[in-house]
Amino acid sequence: MKRTLLTFIACLAVTFSVQAQDITVDEVINSYLENTGGIDNWKALKGIKMMAEVNQGGMVIPLEIVSMTDGKQYTSVNFQGNSIMQGVFDGETLWSTNFQTMAAEKADAEMTANMKLDANDFPDSFLDYKEKGYEVELMGEESIDGADTYKVKLVKEPKTIDGKEVADVSFYYFDKEYFVILAQESEVPSGPMAGKIQRITSGDYREVGDLIFPFAITQGIKDGQSQPITITEIVLDPEVDETVFAFPAPTASSEE
Amino acid sequence: MKRLLLIILCFASTAVVAQQKEIVLEGKQLFGDMRARHIGPALMSGRIIDIESHPTDDRVLYIGTAGGGVWKSTTGGASFQPIFDDHIQSIGKVKLDPHDPEKTIWVGTGEIWTRNSVSVGDGLYKTTDGGINWKKVGFEKSERISSIEIDPTDRNKMYVGVLGALWNGSEERGVFASSDGGETWEKVLYIDENTGCGDLIIDPQDPNTLYASMWEFRRTAWSFNSGGTQSGLFKSTDGGKTWDKIHNGFPEGKLGRIAVTVAPSDNQVLYAVLETEDKDKRGLYKSTDAGANWELTNSDFGLVVRPFYFSRIVVDPKKPDVVVKAGLFGSISKDGGNTFKDLGYMHADIHDIAFDINNSDRMYVATDGGLYRSWDGGTTMEIVENLPLSQFYHISVDNETPYNVYGGLQDNGSWYGPSSSPGGVNARDWESVGVGDGFRVLRHPTKKILYSEMQGAERVWRYDMEKLQTREIQPLPKKGDEKYRFNWNASMAVSDHQPDRFYMGSQFLHKSEDMGESWEIISPDLTTNDPSKQNQSESGGLSTDNSGAENHCTIFTIAESPLDENVIWVGTDDGNVQVTQDGGKSWTNTVANIEGLPANTWTYHIEASVHGKGTAYAVFDGHTSGDQNTYVYKTTDFGQSWTSIATDDIYGFARSIQEDYENEDLLFLGTEFGLYITINGGRNWSQFTNNVPPVAIHHLTLHKGTNDLVMGTHGRGVIILDDISPLRQLNQEVLAKSVHFFDVPPGIFKETSPFGGTTMEREFVGESKSSTAKIIYYLKRKHIFGKMTMEIQDENGKVLTELQAGKAKGINVVSWNGRTRQPKMAKAKTFARGGFTSPRVQAGTYKVVMTKGKETYETTVSIENDPNSLITDSERIANHETTQKLFNMSEELAYMVYELDEIMGKAEEVSAAGGAKIADPLIAKLTSLKETLVVTTGDNYVDSAEPELREKMADLFAKVAQSYAAPSSSEMENLSLLEERMEAAKVTFDEIKSKHWSKVEKFLNKKEMESLSLQSYEEFMGS
Repeated sequence: MKRTLLTFIACLAVTFSVQAQDITVDEVINSYLENTGGIDNWKALKGIKMMAEVNQGGMVIPLEIVSMTDGKQYTSVNFQGNSIMQGVFDGETLWSTNFQTMAAEKADAEMTANMKLDANDFPDSFLDYKEKGYEVELMGEESIDGADTYKVKLVKEPKTIDGKEVADVSFYYFDKEYFVILAQESEVPSGPMAGKIQRITSGDYREVGDLIFPFAITQGIKDGQSQPITITEIVLDPEVDETVFAFPAPTASSEE
Repeated sequence: MKRLLLIILCFASTAVVAQQKEIVLEGKQLFGDMRARHIGPALMSGRIIDIESHPTDDRVLYIGTAGGGVWKSTTGGASFQPIFDDHIQSIGKVKLDPHDPEKTIWVGTGEIWTRNSVSVGDGLYKTTDGGINWKKVGFEKSERISSIEIDPTDRNKMYVGVLGALWNGSEERGVFASSDGGETWEKVLYIDENTGCGDLIIDPQDPNTLYASMWEFRRTAWSFNSGGTQSGLFKSTDGGKTWDKIHNGFPEGKLGRIAVTVAPSDNQVLYAVLETEDKDKRGLYKSTDAGANWELTNSDFGLVVRPFYFSRIVVDPKKPDVVVKAGLFGSISKDGGNTFKDLGYMHADIHDIAFDINNSDRMYVATDGGLYRSWDGGTTMEIVENLPLSQFYHISVDNETPYNVYGGLQDNGSWYGPSSSPGGVNARDWESVGVGDGFRVLRHPTKKILYSEMQGAERVWRYDMEKLQTREIQPLPKKGDEKYRFNWNASMAVSDHQPDRFYMGSQFLHKSEDMGESWEIISPDLTTNDPSKQNQSESGGLSTDNSGAENHCTIFTIAESPLDENVIWVGTDDGNVQVTQDGGKSWTNTVANIEGLPANTWTYHIEASVHGKGTAYAVFDGHTSGDQNTYVYKTTDFGQSWTSIATDDIYGFARSIQEDYENEDLLFLGTEFGLYITINGGRNWSQFTNNVPPVAIHHLTLHKGTNDLVMGTHGRGVIILDDISPLRQLNQEVLAKSVHFFDVPPGIFKETSPFGGTTMEREFVGESKSSTAKIIYYLKRKHIFGKMTMEIQDENGKVLTELQAGKAKGINVVSWNGRTRQPKMAKAKTFARGGFTSPRVQAGTYKVVMTKGKETYETTVSIENDPNSLITDSERIANHETTQKLFNMSEELAYMVYELDEIMGKAEEVSAAGGAKIADPLIAKLTSLKETLVVTTGDNYVDSAEPELREKMADLFAKVAQSYAAPSSSEMENLSLLEERMEAAKVTFDEIKSKHWSKVEKFLNKKEMESLSLQSYEEFMGS
């Protein structure tokens, strides 16, 4: 499988350019899942650990991002040798380390409930989307960074934002030739940027095992500034100490 | 990676084929991630047309604006975001589907308050996802949609009121009904091609009952007519199938614009505001029997003023006797329309009012100067401060650093403000330099003087920007002169050749050589002087409206050649293009040489070229005669011949053109629907959409010092596209290359203070220009697979920092602020905040190495010191050296603490394995030493411990690294102290190790425990 993966993608470019007008949303999604490694390989995946770096104007921040098949996840931010845990979720409790006190604090109930809704999204929201009750729609074609893409709308379970139930809608842009995701957009639901469109772009796709992942990501506001995130390494099915997900008590800062 | 290469090769072969024909890239494929920025201003905001409340959620509110699109608030009106930025920005009506108000929203485009400067719409739009995606669903020729109603019991039953074309007759107007949710439409009420639907109201309790006011109206460039025999108020009780006039109680004679509404809480109570032929019968009419009979209740000024501009009446959702009328100040009645008082103090010209659905004391009011909120039933008003909807008529810049932007606004005076400001361009950065309607503001080329004006050159000011003193300088007729005719937006110009020269255009060209102190006329009447277009005192129709806005047969644009002061171009609003080559002694009207241009089409802008004395561009706007085609022409022979450079790529009519000063083929066109750019002299045009909505760009200019394109928009304030010079370098050769690096100006280490930004949370702040160094390059194809990296290296190839490369097809912009990376800090209990600082490189040129797959591409990037700096080179060197010294010291300390921790770890193992006697003294000594090196207790806030060596070192490091100056003597003394402590610590550490470590090591060996394994200094730094 691995040997032929990217060659296969190259061939698809020719095949699908002819049939583009008749393509269905399921063909787009299936092509995406197949081209990035195949549904079986995605389903076999138990966890992902990504080592990444964010460069904020010269301040280089190393990150370790782990997500597991049961929805457990964390992001560890390394500041001056100290690992600060952010967005840690053990399936029930969502917590982060407070930067001032270095102690763990739980997220509010609303945010935790919303996180639980995403627990079934590993490793990809589009995998078995029908079984999850998600709705998808092919919206049309759009140019993303000069590449032609298919725009697909994904509607997941409604979330609760500031006490109000709102639809969880996002838009994915699949490259028309290779069917990999080039960008993802959604409305910022709350806070000072509420109502603006958040855009995540994905690039530098590379093989990891039998799968293909983006290694260059940017995150920002559509038509505004964005923050690059560079993935340096991806480990599939990593060994992770389960206790790391649990809300620590009574003190919080975990050290490397 | 071999397989990737295969793919790349595969595409390389197709690229060879592509090279054989001209490469034409469009839109985002060409402009890549070049992105414009908005600087507002928002403090005076702009005209808002329509307010739409959510039927059940009082946090949600929408506004439709005159020229700035649709904005949504989910915060009860505290803040707004634009949601319609891919579409036409002139809005008539916003309507939420009552059956699905979260997601289904309808927008009728085209402003309905039909002033002279009103824009146009292009149809009805619908979203089914709350405003993220929109689809046009028809009514392309409607030009302005006044009303959208949806049956509250059946969402398939819809009605649309089309006011229709303002400047010409049109059959696409009247009332339209749909029975399939807007898929198909049937025209159900139509009077004639001059009469449109002003208001369409559905009875909230009986959705088969509809009320429609029909209005006969027409505007020309020189006159306006409101009213006629065809205007009337109609009622349908069968869902729009049949309509009856309901005029019982109305006066005889012609009628004008009629506002009508039904009280939401009592559908028998109706209010209508009538513009009537009999002036004594104008005013508010009330019906208490669902329109069967009407009675005049009030004719106050506030009720009858300017019906074409203020035709909206709104009733409190709970109280049928509380009624508010839009108007000059807005009027509110609490007694069913018998008596009124003005709304609270706010910007004049009220267009719409909305009551909160739950609490009628909460009100929102749309004005010419933004959206206001009231918490006390309209008595006290406060403005929403984050709606940058300012409507510029014109824009200009100066040569300051940063340059200022000057311009006048619809009903909001004249202003100038900085193109960049510390903390962003704040409301407080803008200076008011004129009242009334502002139009053109021009800076004197060499003095701190500017010229501004108000409508029709009623006042023209020369303003001393330092002494803040004004002098009125408008040309006035002298004995024997005929009346001067100035346009509402009166033309003026300054000279590149004579700084004190100042031009103004009436029907004559006026020239002053002393900044407006004295004037001479240097032309005959350059207009058509058509007397039939000069009867403005009769303008208005049933309500005379001689505001000056319709003044016609005037000079509208003046351009003195930058190459020859005797060559002056003049364009008139009645379609002449005049040129003199002898400073005004003789004039030639060249418009007859323009093929394909309808007679008398408004000459909106002439740009005299820097590329040839006889070269000029002319842009014509025919929309005031119903012609929305694009007219852009170029001459190279003083107008003897003109060539059209407009193509079908351009949508709608244009208003302003700007040439590049270096590349004659690079042109920028401001149209009613956004910015268009050509890189091949007009053979192809491409719309620029990266943060430039399809907003009306009334004027645009190119700043010579920075190559910034500055756009004066009529609805979204000032939009700036920074440094267009990469576009200048685009040609077929470049477009055919896989990668091309553009020459770009160096970045600047700005030494201005970081202070600024006093703005409160909900106030709009404009984006400042980035002064960072830029690496700008063209990619022929988007990079998707494989690694693509960018390194900044010094001359020896040492990597200073890594940046994420842009990967878009087209132009990519990567910024570098000249910083490398922060020092690796010693690990401690808490953060050393200073340690998050990254040192700057010194000004200079650095190597950029971009790797894309197996290919490597190189260029250079330069950064310069602030030209305004007071710091000497030797001071900079001292700063750099001290920064580097502290950086190195911090990293040395980090390694020392790492080593200490590792040894401590081994000692603890030994202690636990029975070697406490030999290990514990070592542990004690190391602990004691460590407590002097780094913080080992507390937190990052108020429980913080006393700073130790690491923290003190980091603090000093940050102070010096963030500064540009040489370290102060105090800082140097402090450095000495820290160096001494560092040296002492090293000595102590060495002593501890030599005294205690060998015993521990022996114990490890003896017990066959794992020995100490330390990373090298280099390994540690790289880890």
